[in-house]
Amino acid sequence: MLSVSGASHTDDFLKAIPSHLRLNKPLALASGLSEMALSREVRRMAGKNRGLTDLTTFLGMGWTKHFIPAAVDSIVSRSEFTTAYTPYQAEASQGSLQQIFEYQTMVTELTGMEISNASLYDGATSLVEGLVMASASTKGRKGFAIARSVNPRWREVANTYAPSSNWSFHDIAWDPSTGMLDRSGAQAALAGGQIAALVVQSPNAFGQVEDLAGLSELAKASGALLVVAADPLSLSVIEPPSTFGADIVVGEMLGMGIPTSLGGPGLGLLATRKSLLRQMPGRVVGRTVDADGKRAYCLTAQTREQHIRREKATSNICSNQGLMVVSASVYLALQGPAGLAEVAEQCASRLAYAREELGKAKIRPLFSGTAIQEQAFALASGSRARVEAACKTAGLLPGVWLADYISGIPADTILVCVNETHTRADLDLLVATLSTAGGI
Amino acid sequence: MSDTLIPEHLKYTVSHEWVLKEGDVVTIGITDHAQHELGDIVFVELPEVGQTVEAGKGVAVIEAVKTVADVYSPAAGEVVEVNTILADDAGSINRDAYGSWIVKIRLTGALPSDLLDASGYKAQL
Repeated sequence: MLSVSGASHTDDFLKAIPSHLRLNKPLALASGLSEMALSREVRRMAGKNRGLTDLTTFLGMGWTKHFIPAAVDSIVSRSEFTTAYTPYQAEASQGSLQQIFEYQTMVTELTGMEISNASLYDGATSLVEGLVMASASTKGRKGFAIARSVNPRWREVANTYAPSSNWSFHDIAWDPSTGMLDRSGAQAALAGGQIAALVVQSPNAFGQVEDLAGLSELAKASGALLVVAADPLSLSVIEPPSTFGADIVVGEMLGMGIPTSLGGPGLGLLATRKSLLRQMPGRVVGRTVDADGKRAYCLTAQTREQHIRREKATSNICSNQGLMVVSASVYLALQGPAGLAEVAEQCASRLAYAREELGKAKIRPLFSGTAIQEQAFALASGSRARVEAACKTAGLLPGVWLADYISGIPADTILVCVNETHTRADLDLLVATLSTAGGI
Repeated sequence: MSDTLIPEHLKYTVSHEWVLKEGDVVTIGITDHAQHELGDIVFVELPEVGQTVEAGKGVAVIEAVKTVADVYSPAAGEVVEVNTILADDAGSINRDAYGSWIVKIRLTGALPSDLLDASGYKAQL
């Protein structure tokens, strides 16, 4: 295996794990332990780990944590759902199809778009598929005018497609005073003439709700599409991208009935216009009537899929996230539009409380626009190490250090993501810890 | 295959296109046998008028509920007309395969000599 893979040592396979996180010595285990004793010892060691359920966490950046009602697990864990794979003999699986149909309906309601596919793997792959669509819809243009304030992890995934697809990314900076897309920068990036899409995210990587008005016209003037990365929770309280003429909407559904376990599995949202159906990856479930005139569900489009297009398939992703779709649609159905909006409002009011309290220690948002569940805050210059130490002691994950992902951001900027499960005590712990260690 | 329609006045390809030559323009569609094999046709991706095509290369794409198939040009030429009715009613190919032409191509050379006549096409089905 080493010679086939071109590796000289099995350790080469672990290179992707940063060396300071690797145990560069054998586990300290006594020799000759029985299986029972060994498993007890390993459990003891594993007990030193502290995970999301042990810590007070304000992590976000696309992977947001929200309360999941017990009914979601109860329904999702039914064997009809858990044991079923993606329906290849589709029409024999009426329950699965109906369930996907409901999901598509909810996604179109949230995004305001005409059609949704049956889902993709996660937000990052949805973004990539949105770009593939944009390229195919513009006679193979390969350039993308993309905001630097698009989720940096998603951009990283998109970058991995660039060499083999001959894609080029033309970065658009943010306006330093508002944190929103710099319009003249967007115009300049679009001017190349070979730009397939203008790509923005709202709320963006700083948590700011973008002003999408006029962006569609700006893109169209260069013959490009407008691709918007959206957050499903925020869509319950802000104008959907369709209002502003978005051609393709992508997003991450994790958090909507799907837990943040080890960062996934996620669920990729992709919605678009009817006119782009033939370029859309994945599949679409439709409602029709059977031979007896009774309501029935069927796969109405699977244009780019491998089992249909064979060697001419243009999407590597031809599945849908069956079980995740069940989770998200059960969650959304339980919440309803008003319930989901209430979750968003609960988040926004907690964020407002934290913002006000942090302000007393002169910790201010990096930018002052509208934020819903997450926002970037500027801590005291040089305070990061101090803040990290204080948070470790307090059992707190205060958020994502943005400078690790986006260049040009001050090193002491933290992206704080709140959710409806945070209590006053949780927020006060965050505020007190950040104020003491990172106050200005 | 005794009930499949194979008009005598047309030429055929082994890839199940029918070909009607009038002057230097050929009209192309798919055979009744082909539409039956494909099942319900839901979409036809048409080329653009003016596009050049090569012999044996795909000139249109037919999407049925369960599969997708290319329509191959029997000869090199330039697309002079496409049947835009198919954009709204792809199913007309299922109803009348020989009445639902797909593209018209102005030939730049001769038609290949190995096109089949009706009996030749029927024999190889």
